[in-house]
Amino acid sequence: MESGALTAPTAAPIQERSSRARAADPAFRIVLSGLAALILVLIAFFFVFLADKAWPAFEQFGVFGYIFGNDWDVAKNIYGALPLLVGTMITATLALLIGVPIAVASALYITEMCPRRLQSPLTILVELLAAVPSVVYGLWGVFVLIPNLKPAMQWFSDTFSFLPFVGGAVAGPNYFVAGLILAIMILPIVSAISREVMTTVPPDHKEAALALGATRWEMIRMAVLPYSRRGITGAAMLGLGRAIGETIAVTLVIGNSPTLGKQIFAQGYTLAAVIANEFGEAANNKLHLAALIAAGLVLFVLTLVVNAGARYVVVRAEKKETGSGPNLGPTEVALTPTPILPGNAA
Amino acid sequence: MTTLLATSARRRRTDRIARGFLALFTLVALVPLVLIIYYLLVKGLNTFSVEFFTTDPTGNFLGDPGGIKSAIVGTVLMVALATVIAVPIGIAVAVYLVEFGKGSRFAGVVRYFVDVMTGVPSIVFGLFIYTSLVVAGVGGSSFAGWKGALALALLMLPVVTRSSEVVLQLVPQGLREAALALGAPRWVVTVKVVLRTAIPGLITGSLLAIARAMGETAPLLFTVAAVNATTLNLNERMNSLPLQIYNDVGQANDALVARAWGAALTLVLMILILTLVARFVGRRSSFS
Repeated sequence: MESGALTAPTAAPIQERSSRARAADPAFRIVLSGLAALILVLIAFFFVFLADKAWPAFEQFGVFGYIFGNDWDVAKNIYGALPLLVGTMITATLALLIGVPIAVASALYITEMCPRRLQSPLTILVELLAAVPSVVYGLWGVFVLIPNLKPAMQWFSDTFSFLPFVGGAVAGPNYFVAGLILAIMILPIVSAISREVMTTVPPDHKEAALALGATRWEMIRMAVLPYSRRGITGAAMLGLGRAIGETIAVTLVIGNSPTLGKQIFAQGYTLAAVIANEFGEAANNKLHLAALIAAGLVLFVLTLVVNAGARYVVVRAEKKETGSGPNLGPTEVALTPTPILPGNAA
Repeated sequence: MTTLLATSARRRRTDRIARGFLALFTLVALVPLVLIIYYLLVKGLNTFSVEFFTTDPTGNFLGDPGGIKSAIVGTVLMVALATVIAVPIGIAVAVYLVEFGKGSRFAGVVRYFVDVMTGVPSIVFGLFIYTSLVVAGVGGSSFAGWKGALALALLMLPVVTRSSEVVLQLVPQGLREAALALGAPRWVVTVKVVLRTAIPGLITGSLLAIARAMGETAPLLFTVAAVNATTLNLNERMNSLPLQIYNDVGQANDALVARAWGAALTLVLMILILTLVARFVGRRSSFS
């Protein structure tokens, strides 16, 4: 109002921070950086430690001899991890073959087709599958799934015995049952990520397709799926990582037989299951324990490669698509797992 | 002028069939959930009684198998300890990543390794604790509750960090700038403005991590072993719900299998309650 309005009304001097307040800031920063560094140290220690403990097994059989040896015989103290590695591959592949199409279809249905009112109930129901602990899946598999499915599996085995890897007597617990349980367990995460990616499809693309006369399905096939293909690939690979590392449910339903099964309805073993099952008897046998830790190491490296692969596929695709550098696209954001519900890797 | 063509019958049929399949597959996805809940209720509710929750497993193969008191106590204790370890560290690392390390190379490396940890199978964590702490007999015990809790904490840590990071990034930049402009030092801004604003989200993320840890079996298998008696001493062997179920499944005895179903229902209910609380807290979050 008056002419001197530009000068501050109360001429309080700008206060210096107290020396204590100034010292607190760098200290805070250092503590936090230290904690962050702790994670790096932990992982490094983790890897070196496991490698060191697994060394006797690698020394005895050679790294390749261990990984590709087709003989896991505790009585003879011979450990070759091939039957386990192949078992892990078979069950994880089955899980993807069964789980991913269902997960993607349900994600498409929820995002593109179902009435708005049903969207969130359906989402919650699918995600509830992730709240069931691994051991409960195992329990259910042993006492419900296997007895009820066995006649059907035997029938399939007899009828389609001309197919490769099918035919012969069906064992109760087998590769297929393990794959089926794994499929159920990876369904929620694959579905959640696919859904998240599909919601980022620009409405323009969809409306353009519909305006050109496409039917709903054609719109999905030509607008939604191409746009979210990479995200779905990433989701599937993340599911693969889960399926490879899953332990308890698989241990309960795969039969735990350390020989290569000749068909998908035969008993088998996986890397994770062998650790869970044999560590008790291995306590007094140094070589056996080393072989189990080596199995853990192989498992660790395998999941590492799969997860890094998922990341690589998505990031590269993002760059090609948008030309932007490290900017995180929708799929990348979706891939870094924001836990919606507790996961079920056991 | 061209006339608008009606969609051909073939395309309409394809559309109907494809949409039918999508709906069908969605139904298929829900079948296992319905079946699991059905069997949990049918087989689990039968076992519920006051004694079931207030007695320890007897360990007898024949006769009365006892309840699951020690399993519940053990699960709660170990998960609580794991939470006390993992949640503060996890949130601190997230604060570092968002508030201090933004854009730095070191922060990028840390973030990458947090992601690596997320993907590590839980059994590998168990194996790690087993070889480093159990075999070596650290703390004067072989198998012990705190070692199991440590394995669970390793599992929770990346989950807490990841979810906290996302939540902290959602805190509006304007709040930070306003506080800094008022002369607050960085750590005051972080503690009193950023963390306080983000609390609901941080709680949600932590609760979900806890719920996840609660159902884990594999890391406990190697680190705590199982006993029947209730113990409050974390330096001893402890029972837990997942291990109780795992051990009972392997028994050819109907009473023990029935107990496994009861324990499974209890465990699922505990996890569901935590999840619901987490969602409720998350919904009340002040921003987003």
